[in-house]
Amino acid sequence: MSQLVELPRHMCALGGQQTVAAIERAIPILHAGPGCGYKLHTGMGACNGFQGGGYSGGAAIVSTNSGEREVVFGGEDRLRSVIDGALKVMDGDLFVVLSGCTSELVGDDTAHVVSDFQLGGVPIVYAATGGFRGNNMVGHEIVVNAIIDQILEPCEQIPGLVNVWSSVPYHDTFWAGNLAAIRELLAGLGLKPNVLFGPNSGGLEAWRKVPAAQFNLVLSSWTGVSIARNLNERFGTPWLHYSTLPIGGLETSRFLWTVAEFAGVNASVVRNFVKTQERSFHYFFERAADFFLEFRWDLPARFVTIADSYYGIGISRLLTNEFGLLPSHQFVTDDPPEEFRSGILADYSRISPSISADATFTSDIEKVREILRSDTSTPPIILGSGWDRDIAREIGGCHLSIAAPMTDRLVTSCSYVGYNGGLRLIEDLYSSILTAVQ
Amino acid sequence: MNGNVQLKSQVDVKPGSLRGPGVAIRERRLGSITGYQGTAEELVRISLNGAVRERERSFTQVGTCSSFCATLQLSLIQDAVVINHAPAGCAGDFPLFNLYNRYGQVKRRLEVSNARLITTNLNERDTIFGAVQKMLTAIREAHRRFHPRAIFVTASCASGIIGEDLESALEQAEKELGIPIASVNCEGFRSQVWATGWDAAYNAILHKIVKPATVKRPELINIITFIGDDYFSELLRPLGLIPNLVVPFTKIEQLERLSESGATAQMCSTLGTFLGAGLEQDFGVPEIKSPPPYGLEGTDTWLRELARVTNKDEIVEAFIAAERQAIQPELDELRQRFAGVKAFVAAGPAHGHSLMSVLQDLGIGLSGGCMFHHDPKLDHGDPAGDTLQPLAKRHGKMPYSVCNKQFYELVNLLRKLKPDVVLARHPSLILSSAKLGIPTFFVDDEHLGLGYRGLLRYGRKIGDWLRNPSIERNLSRFTRLPYTHWWLEQNPYSFVEEEA
Repeated sequence: MSQLVELPRHMCALGGQQTVAAIERAIPILHAGPGCGYKLHTGMGACNGFQGGGYSGGAAIVSTNSGEREVVFGGEDRLRSVIDGALKVMDGDLFVVLSGCTSELVGDDTAHVVSDFQLGGVPIVYAATGGFRGNNMVGHEIVVNAIIDQILEPCEQIPGLVNVWSSVPYHDTFWAGNLAAIRELLAGLGLKPNVLFGPNSGGLEAWRKVPAAQFNLVLSSWTGVSIARNLNERFGTPWLHYSTLPIGGLETSRFLWTVAEFAGVNASVVRNFVKTQERSFHYFFERAADFFLEFRWDLPARFVTIADSYYGIGISRLLTNEFGLLPSHQFVTDDPPEEFRSGILADYSRISPSISADATFTSDIEKVREILRSDTSTPPIILGSGWDRDIAREIGGCHLSIAAPMTDRLVTSCSYVGYNGGLRLIEDLYSSILTAVQ
Repeated sequence: MNGNVQLKSQVDVKPGSLRGPGVAIRERRLGSITGYQGTAEELVRISLNGAVRERERSFTQVGTCSSFCATLQLSLIQDAVVINHAPAGCAGDFPLFNLYNRYGQVKRRLEVSNARLITTNLNERDTIFGAVQKMLTAIREAHRRFHPRAIFVTASCASGIIGEDLESALEQAEKELGIPIASVNCEGFRSQVWATGWDAAYNAILHKIVKPATVKRPELINIITFIGDDYFSELLRPLGLIPNLVVPFTKIEQLERLSESGATAQMCSTLGTFLGAGLEQDFGVPEIKSPPPYGLEGTDTWLRELARVTNKDEIVEAFIAAERQAIQPELDELRQRFAGVKAFVAAGPAHGHSLMSVLQDLGIGLSGGCMFHHDPKLDHGDPAGDTLQPLAKRHGKMPYSVCNKQFYELVNLLRKLKPDVVLARHPSLILSSAKLGIPTFFVDDEHLGLGYRGLLRYGRKIGDWLRNPSIERNLSRFTRLPYTHWWLEQNPYSFVEEEA
C-alpha cells in the first residue's frame, strides 16, 4: 500500500524505536533527523492511549538530529560522537542504533560505525529502519532480527521455554497488558514464557535466552513470522504460528489446546487449567447475559473492525461466536505481505461455520468511509482507531477505540487477550455505548 | 552520495520582502542558536553587538523539527488540507494535532471533526524514481474528498534530499483546481531551530493566502498564537478592540483578510516574528513591537504601545489603573504564599521570558532558565520587542542557558540548582524533572498567565499544585532516570562544544 493515506494508523520502519524502548534497560539511538524520534513517540505512544516515554523512550531517546551538514557531508562522524556520548550518559544494558531516512539516503555506512563499537565489546546493535523501507510492523521485525543476528549465541535448550512474538510494542495500545496475559496463559500450561517486552520481562538477559527456547510462538497473522523463520534458520528452533489473537472463552481454550499439543503438555494439565478458567469466564458471562438479552432490542446487531489483521479476526470471533453479533464489512489496516493475505481473507470467510465476512485491506480512511456509507444494513458498532469516530457518528454507529492511534482513551495495563481480556473488551465496549446513550 | 547532494528545495528569500516561495532558516536570517551557557545579561550584551555564536552538542537526544511546527499551525485551519510529502512516520504528529483540533473545537463550540491530514506515504521506490506524480494525485484526491479552500504541501527530509521539484507541480495543480496550493519548505534537516517551521507555515500563508486589503477594520487586532483560550478579549475589548486569534481555528477567508486589521500582536514573539513582520512590510499592518503582555510591567508597556498604534491613548491609562487595583488584594495574598519559593523555567525563548515575568510578579524567585533556542533579533529588527532585555534588567545574573530540549543536560542542571518548582512548556520535558521529585508544572494554555488577571489565574494554579506534589514524590521514589551516576556528577554543559 504505497498510495497516499489520509489519517494514517501505521508509522514508518523507524517506529522500531518503540520496540527498543519496550525492552527493559534498552536504549534506542536514532541516526535520523531532529524530529523523527519525537514524532514517532507521539504517533505510537503519546497519542496512542497516552502511553508515556517510560524509562528510555520519548524525550530520552538518543538521536543524532541530522542536519544540513550531515546531509551534505555525511553523518558518520556525528553518529560516532553521539554513540560515544550515549555509552557514557545513558544507563542501559543494550543499545540499538536505528537509521532513518536522512542517513540512509545520503549513504552513511551506519553498520560500519556500529561494528567498530561491537568489536570493542559493547552490547550494541544496528537496525536499518529508514522510514521509506516499510511500516512500523516491518520496523519491529527489523529491530528484533537485528538483535538476534548481532547479539545472540547458541545455547543449551531450556525445556518448556517459549519465546512469544505477538503484539507490536506501543503500536498495539494494549501490548503490555496483552503480553502479560499471554504469559499467564502459557504459565498456566506449565510452560516458561519469554515475552521479552514490558515490565518484568528480563531485559538483555531474557533476550540471551531466546536461542534456548523449546519453541517460538508467533501469535499474529504475519508480524513475527520472519523472526521465527530467522530463529529456526539460525538455531533450529521449531515454531508455532497461531494467527488470531485469542479473545474470550472459546478462542482462548482453542488456543491453549493448540499450544499444549505443539509443546507436548500433558492433557490433564490443560484440562484442569482450561476448566478453572472457563468456569470463571462463564460465571461472568452468565451474569452479563441479563444485560445482553434485555438490551438487545436497542443495541447494534452488527460490528465492523478496522484493525490489524490478528486483532480484527480475534475480535470478530469473540463478538460473533460468543455474543451473537453479526459481522459487517471488516477492514485490515496493517498492510500484510502478499503471502499472508489469502489466509487472512479465509479466516474472515469462516468466522463461524455459518457466518462469514467480507474484508478489505486498506490503510486509507476514505475506503472505510466509502464502504460504510454504502452499507444499508443497521448501524454497526465500530471497533477501530480514534480516527474512526467521525464516520461512526455519521452513519449512526457506536465506536470504541481499540487500535492506534487513539486520544480518547488512557491505557495502562489493560488487556484484551484471554478469558479476562474478552470480558474486559465487552465491558469497555458496552460501557462506552451506555455512556453515549444516557 | 556523500559530498555531492544538491538541496534543490532550498530557496533564498528575495531582498526587500520577507515572503516568497521559500523561507530562509533562522540560523541564517536571525543568527539564531541552540547552544549557550551563561547569564541573561551576557546573552543580551552579545546579542546586541552581534557576537552570538552557535555552540553545538557532541551528544544529543531527540529534538523536534520544522515540519512538526509548520504542520501544527496549518493543520488547525478549519477549511484547508495539509498533505505531508513524506514517509508515513513523519505523520506521527497527526494524532496530536487532531487532539488539539477536536479539543479546541469543543472549547470553541465548533462542529467536532477530524483534522484533514494526508501523507503521500513515500516508499523506497519513490526515493529512487521521485514522487511528484504521487503528490499531484494526493492533491487531486484531497480536493475531491474535501473541496478545501486551500491545500498546504509540507516537505520532509526525504522529499528534500531526493530533490523533489514541488513548485512547478504545484503551480500546475493550482491552475487545474483553482484554489491556492502552497508548498511549505519545512524539511527537518534544514534547521536545528524548529521554530523555523512556524516561519515556513506563515510564509506559505503570506505568499499564497493573504490578500491586499480593500477595506480596513482598525478595531480588529491580529493576535498570532497557538491554541490557548481567548483571554486576549479581557485586554482588548475594554479598549474597543477585537482580538483576531490566528492561525489555529481560522478559516481561509479570515486569513485572506489579515491585511485589513488595525495591528498585529503576538502571544509569543518568537512564534509570530515572521508573520508579524511580513504583514507590516508587505501589507501595511503595523506590528506591536513590545514584549507580549505578561507580568505587570510587560502588560502596561504592551497596552500603551497597542493604544498608541490604535489611537486609544486617552482611555488606556484608566484601564491599566483600574485593572492593577482590581487584582492587588489577591496578588498580595499570593505573594505572601509564594515567599521563598524558587522556580526554574524551560520553554521557547519569548514565552519562557513571559512566564518568568509572571513568576516574578507572583513573588516567586527564579533559580534559572533554559530556553529552546535564542533569536538575537526578531524579523522587525526593533530591539524594543526583545523579551530577554527586560528580564535581564531584573535578573541579569540568573543562570541562563539555551538548549534544544536536551533532557540529560536539564536533569543534571536541575539536580544542582534544586528549584522548588519547574515550569516547562513542552509536554515531553516534564517527566525528567518530575522524576527528580520537583513539583513540575506543564504550561499547556499559553494564554493563562496573560495580562493582569492572568497573574491571579497562574498563582491559583501553581498554589494548588504545590500543595500536593505526590505524583512527583512517588516518581522519585519508585522510578529511575535513564542516566548514569557518572553523568549526573559531571558539569551539565560537558557536551556543549566551543563556539563554531
